[in-house]
Amino acid sequence: MNLLVFCCRLLVVWIVLLGAKPSLALEVSKGARQSSYQLMTPENQAMQDDPNLNPALFWVMDGHSLWKEKAGKKNVSCASCHGESGQKMAGVATRFPRVQKGKLQTLEGQINQCRTSKQDASTLAYESKGLLALTTFVATQSKGLPIAIQETAQNRKDLQQGRQFFNQRMGQLNLSCAQCHQDRAGLKLGGSLIPQGHPTAYPIYRIEWQTMGSLQRRLRNCMSGVRAQQFEYGSLEMAQLELYLMWRARGMPLESPGVRP
Amino acid sequence: MSKTSRTGITMPTQAKKDSIIEIRAIAQHDMETGYRYSEDGRRIPRDIIRLFTCQYNGEEVFRADFYPGIGANPLIIFTTVAVASGTLVFKWVGDGGYEAVNQAQITVS
Repeated sequence: MNLLVFCCRLLVVWIVLLGAKPSLALEVSKGARQSSYQLMTPENQAMQDDPNLNPALFWVMDGHSLWKEKAGKKNVSCASCHGESGQKMAGVATRFPRVQKGKLQTLEGQINQCRTSKQDASTLAYESKGLLALTTFVATQSKGLPIAIQETAQNRKDLQQGRQFFNQRMGQLNLSCAQCHQDRAGLKLGGSLIPQGHPTAYPIYRIEWQTMGSLQRRLRNCMSGVRAQQFEYGSLEMAQLELYLMWRARGMPLESPGVRP
Repeated sequence: MSKTSRTGITMPTQAKKDSIIEIRAIAQHDMETGYRYSEDGRRIPRDIIRLFTCQYNGEEVFRADFYPGIGANPLIIFTTVAVASGTLVFKWVGDGGYEAVNQAQITVS
């Protein structure tokens, strides 16, 4: 009798496991998606929400100054084409990375592209104060708008490549992004919860960094964490991975500029 | 760090006499500790805010010394008693001739 009960239980567990297993392999279903904002302490959430506490607002202000500053040989500012207030940039950050003239371009890449072609100025280095400030200023114009990356004929190849990077094991620890941020999201790594890895708040003010940083800096962080060769800043690989992550987070509202611990 | 930077003050614009008011003062600053090394092995010199003061109608009501252990973009939250209408002047002084001043008005009834 006992054995029968045991067998029945085993069967139930087996069925449950069977039911759960395939869903692990699938992408996180749309309803269950969660911004890592939800995993933060109330103090850190308040820091992001309160404009008087969010240090990223300094970068927004710096970005606005740079926006209006004339630069390059053509002596034009961003504002000369796109308007003083930056409000015309609403929604722009939700559509990047995107294919421009046959090349996948990130928001940072597009800013530098504008600088070289329209302003005839030098490019800004990745993670430099200037580029972070401009990116933050542009991204914050889309605050609250849903991420609007769609699979199109132009970006299909890059999206597939990005998806492959996401699922590909890398580094000495031989881990893929998906193993932590999809299969084990919500569980713990050391003392902290593993987020689902949706890039909803970039550029972020990361308290650990004590400064603003781009999504690429964050991705390089993880790559060094699994002892992998990091993708270069501004590389095509980075843009493809960024594209896949943004597509994976499509529909989620942009929180830029976010605060993360 | 540049000679000055952005700062922000959050405090009530109106208060009852003798009530306690909360003041938040944040300054944009790298707070470079002096203990870090650059990629080519050179020591990055210390560059921090050294002193923060708040003057209420010319009288100093709050003062804080800053040290390398304080993080970047330091936020100070403190309280004072609303004694009279007037101006509060906030001043941050640091290495390399850094100085930032901000002020706020309060009406006390």
